[in-house]
Amino acid sequence: MKIHFDFSVLRKVRWYEYAVRFLFGGSITVLAGILAKRFGPVFGGLFLAFPAIFPASATLVEKHEEEKKRNAGIPHTIRGKQSAAVDARGAAMGSIGLVGFALVLWKLLPVWSGGLALLAATAVWIAISVLCWRSRKWFRSALR
Amino acid sequence: MMQLVIRFLVGGVIVSLFAVLGDVLQPKSFAGLFGAAPSVALATLALTMLTEGKLFAAQESRSMTAAAIAFFLYASLCSRVMMRYQLRASVAASSVLTLWFVCALGVWWFVLR
Repeated sequence: MKIHFDFSVLRKVRWYEYAVRFLFGGSITVLAGILAKRFGPVFGGLFLAFPAIFPASATLVEKHEEEKKRNAGIPHTIRGKQSAAVDARGAAMGSIGLVGFALVLWKLLPVWSGGLALLAATAVWIAISVLCWRSRKWFRSALR
Repeated sequence: MMQLVIRFLVGGVIVSLFAVLGDVLQPKSFAGLFGAAPSVALATLALTMLTEGKLFAAQESRSMTAAAIAFFLYASLCSRVMMRYQLRASVAASSVLTLWFVCALGVWWFVLR
């Protein structure tokens, strides 16, 4: 399947759903900062890979898919849960990229400029995640 | 206090941007990648570098590696539980979160500390 943008989805997302994600994102960033300051960078660093946004995203995917089916006259469906499961599988692949992101920063930050290291790490996250997604058939059988 | 407000705003904006990207991208399995985007890390590390220095941020990144592995286990189990047992996403995602805490804190306690 080809990767594409579907902007019509934005009309279905309600304002409070954006607000919840903003709130989660802001709160976990503050929490990570406080924990690093209070208990040191080794403990605080754990919360840089806390699944802050995933529970809200998966819930939204499920809800929107169920709404779509309900509007099509199908009141009871497992399609929403299946879509959320597919979303979670995508997040699992993205988290492998996240390991690469963290490793690159750990090794490059002491020797490169901060901005350049962040850019390189983000590029590595994208590259690894997309590579994993491209080999998703293998993933599907491994996670089954 | 001002620093916390800036952290909150920067974190909220970056996380929301990645979330919107995840919303509009298709297919869903690809969009799912953005559920594990380094949004919190980008916001936190950029601000940490400014206030605490690069070496402090590098140490945080080392711990993040362990937490990212915990994230992989968490998301994989979520997917499995939702697909096999037909649990609601909110129930599965919040109950399996315990696994992330056990793995991340376990590695911190036994290896990183």
